[in-house]
This record gives sequence, C-alpha cells and structure tokens, in this order.
Amino acid sequence: MKKQNKKENDARFEVRLSGSGGQGLIFAGVLLSEAVGVYGGKNVTQTQSYGPEARGGASRSDVVISEGTIYYPKAMELDLLMALTQEACDKYYADLKEDGILIVDSTYVRLVPTDRAYCLEFTRAARRVAGTPVVTNVVALGALSAITGIVDINNLEKVVLGRAPRGTEDKNKAALHEGYRMGQELLKQREAEKAVT
Amino acid sequence: MAEDNIKLMQGNEACAYGALAAGVTFFGGYPITPSTEIAEILSREMPKNGGRFIQMEDEIASMAAIIGASVAGAKSMTATSGPGFSLMQENLGYAYMTEVPCVVVDVQRGGPSTGLPTKVAQADTMQAKWGTHGDFFPIVLAASTIEDTYHMTIKAFNLAEKYRTPVTLLLDEVLGHMREKIRIPDSSEVEIVNRIKPTVPPEWYQHFELTATHVSPMANYGEGYRFHMTGLTHDPSGFPTAKPAEIKEKLDKLKSKIMQNADDICAYSEEFLDDAHIVVIAYGITARAAQQAVRIARQRRFKVGLFQPITIWPFPEKRLRKILENADLAIVAELNQGQLIHEVRKIAKTKTRVVGTFRYDGELMTPMQIVDKIKEAHR
Repeated sequence: MKKQNKKENDARFEVRLSGSGGQGLIFAGVLLSEAVGVYGGKNVTQTQSYGPEARGGASRSDVVISEGTIYYPKAMELDLLMALTQEACDKYYADLKEDGILIVDSTYVRLVPTDRAYCLEFTRAARRVAGTPVVTNVVALGALSAITGIVDINNLEKVVLGRAPRGTEDKNKAALHEGYRMGQELLKQREAEKAVT
Repeated sequence: MAEDNIKLMQGNEACAYGALAAGVTFFGGYPITPSTEIAEILSREMPKNGGRFIQMEDEIASMAAIIGASVAGAKSMTATSGPGFSLMQENLGYAYMTEVPCVVVDVQRGGPSTGLPTKVAQADTMQAKWGTHGDFFPIVLAASTIEDTYHMTIKAFNLAEKYRTPVTLLLDEVLGHMREKIRIPDSSEVEIVNRIKPTVPPEWYQHFELTATHVSPMANYGEGYRFHMTGLTHDPSGFPTAKPAEIKEKLDKLKSKIMQNADDICAYSEEFLDDAHIVVIAYGITARAAQQAVRIARQRRFKVGLFQPITIWPFPEKRLRKILENADLAIVAELNQGQLIHEVRKIAKTKTRVVGTFRYDGELMTPMQIVDKIKEAHR
C-alpha cells in the first residue's frame, strides 16, 4: 500500500532552499521556479514562510517541480534540501527523504548530518568571484543545477540575467557559473572516489 | 524556449493582471498584508492605461469610493484582508442595496481581529455571506490556483456587471503569495461582460426598473439620465418608500436576481464522484490538499470523490444535494473552526453523515489530515 502512495508522489520533486533571512532564499526560489517552469516547461509551485522567522531566523522557500499537475502546493517530503546555515540544516534535515539530496554551504555549516551531503563553500566563493556575499544564493543555484540536473544552467542564466538588479548582471553571472563549476568538480571527485572503492 | 505569455506569478499578481484584463479602471483601497501586492501592482499599471488608483484613508472610504466610481461608469475594485473586509461590510450592503457592480478581493489571513497577518485561513467564508446587516444574497467566489485567480478575477467583474451587484473574490495568504506558472490568455480569448444600458428616453428611465431577469439596466452618472440612489429601501425610481408592497418587492428583487439565476452563477468542480460513497468537500486553497488526499485514498481503495465549490455563495446546493444522494459520508475540510460545513449539514439527508476536518493554526491543511479523517470516519 505504502509503495503505491510513493508512486503517486514520485512525479513530484520537492526542493527546500533554507538559510537565514536576508540571504535571498525566496529570490533564489523564484529564480529556480522561473527557470524550471517558464523556460524548462515543467509545472512548478513556489511557496515561502513569512513572519518573524523571515527576519534573521531560519528562512525558507519551497519549490515543488512536476511533469504533471501539482495538487498540494507545499513540500511534503523533500527530495532536495539546500542549507546555507547550520540552524537551517538542523531544523529541516528531518524533512528530507531517506535518499534525498543535501547540499550545504560549508562556510557556515560545520556539522553535517550525513556523509552523503554535498558540501561547498558558497559564501566564500561569492566573495571570491563577485567580491560580495550577496550573490551566495546564485552560487548555490549554480551548484544545485550541476549536482541535481533538475534545472538547466542555461535557463538559470536567462532568469538570473532577467531578474538581477541592473548593474549586477556580470557579478550574478560569474556567481552562477562558479557555483556550477564547483558542483561539477565535486561530482567528478565523488565519481573518482567511487571508482577507487 | 519560453513563450511570451507563460509567466511565473504570485496569486496577488495574477489577481491584479486579471483585473486589468477585465478592464478595471478604478481602484480605491488601503494596503494590508497579505493583499498589498494587488494594490502595489495596480498603482503602477493602472495609470498607464488611463485608470485611476487612489489610496484611501481607510477601508470604509475605499468601499465608498469604488461604489461612486462604478456609478460614474468605472469598473471598480478594492482588495483587502480580514480587518479591512470588516470595515467594508456596511458599504458592501450599500452597494448591494443600490445594485452597484464592483469587486472586492479578500486575501484571507488568520483572525479574528488583527489575527495573523502573514498566515493562512479561510475564516471569512461566513462573513462574506452574513457580514453586512439585513438579508443579503451575495456572489462570492473562491480560487485555488494562480491560474484560477487570474480567470476568477475576470469572472468576478463579469458577474458584477451582469447582475449589477458587488462580487467578493476570496483568496488567502498562501494563494496570494505563492508562485505558479500561468498562461496569460490573449485579449481575444477573454470574455468581457458589461452592464446593460438603458434604451428608454431619459425621462422614462428608472434606475431600479423591474424586469423579468430582476436585473435593471443601468445608466451612469453624467450620461443624461437622472436618478436617485439611497441605502434606504426604495421604489423602482430610487426614492425611499415605506409602502409594504414596495418594500417586499425590492427585497424580492434583490434575492431573485441571485437565486433565480443560481444555475448561471454557480460553478464547481468534481473529481472521482461516479462511484463515491465518501465525498470530500473543500474549497479555495484547501481544495489542493483535498485533490492530493482523494488520490492517496483512492489508491488505498476508498471510494472517495471530491466536490469543490468555486462559487461559495450562492452555495451550489442543487448539485451537491444530488451528489450526496449516493453518499454515506461527507467530509468538509476548511481552514477555520467549521463554517461551510453548516451548509452541507443543511442539505444532507439523514443517510449521509457529515463530519468536518478543520485547521486553524495558521498553517495549510496537509493531504494526510484529510486522508486520516477518511480512514477514521469510514467505518
């Protein structure tokens, strides 16, 4: 019985982008949704939590992606959790499926709950390529694209350039591609490790 | 490659652009979370097309302003949330009594009082029906997707114009703020209904003329027709009356205009009802949880279907009564302490047990809450 339920929900791919208020996670959710939905042709629903927790505390944006109709708009069991802070990682890890993907910003997330997690220094990379941590969310999206393949990097580039504030296009583009490169590199490294063991 | 007319939009954005597609020319409002984006977008977009946007001093004045604008020929609307909707009730009754087409959007948040500005609820369902004093037969719609919101905003304007009455569109915080993909239709695909204009010479014109459909043709201010409007009970000419026969005639007209046209006004959606012994009834955003829930329950061999009222008022009771003839169990799911369930109880025969499953802690109802209720109640 339980298996059949799972099948019904298998059509859905549920993503949570989490961190602290001000890191641009809702904006990242919008970018991902637009890339996947408008340019990628899939159905998509993006929700967020507002309120006190959006100002400094743990903040999140959920994106549900499906080839079919999305009935329930919020995430039920996460396929992918992106955590940019330790607090967010601790708070939402329990919502991740057993075989779900965890991506963390290891600039801030020191204690990782699983050795299958993808750990990358997004904030440090943002400072390196754009000189500002403001584009950390975009670096993270680039890595998400490389690691999961759920969103095409070219589509992401289109929406990032379309939605970025004027004058910041170059920094955002650099951030996106740096994230993508980091993600690809980590994947390669993982495969090499697999081949060895 | 993306088509130009496919967009990612919030519910509030879809409402604003739906209003523009419907031809809104006047907005009077007072911003309030979680409806603010509607005012924000219209304040930017309406002046580009010659429309007028006014931020009023409060919601009492907002409602008054959209009534005045409509009588002057505008397609007018306002948008608010619970606390503002409360303030609008008196003038909503005035619009109903004076038969003025206008649209009120209520993006529901948790109540009562200031309640939960950033959290979801569906607790204005009964306020939309009984919030103003006196007998009241309003048209109230409830959307459940972003695409719905766009089209139902247009529909709200069309129904308001067609029946010369205020129409309320109920959204909620989740719908207002969440984003989904939407296909914006070409203007040629959008049906626009305009109020019926008088064909008689001005000296024969009666603003509240009795007609077979109970809808009176409507002249606008400044078109050469003289008429009087008052919230006092009035005769067809618009002047106050104390004659019992005329009083009854006016109240019958207001009721019949809606109830005799209920088949035209009532919209609903149905899923898996052919063999259903269990009927889940859910509207607005909760219908999304119910759609998921009935699919899960069907896989577990429950003969369950879904009835989703899209028009909340008038309640689509004729259709639901028919559906419940074959049902042993009706489960009403809503984000309040039990409101629309009373309408279902009214029409269910003794054979059909009516139970509710409610949530009112500011969070969306999950599909599993409904599935659990199906399991628990079905014995």
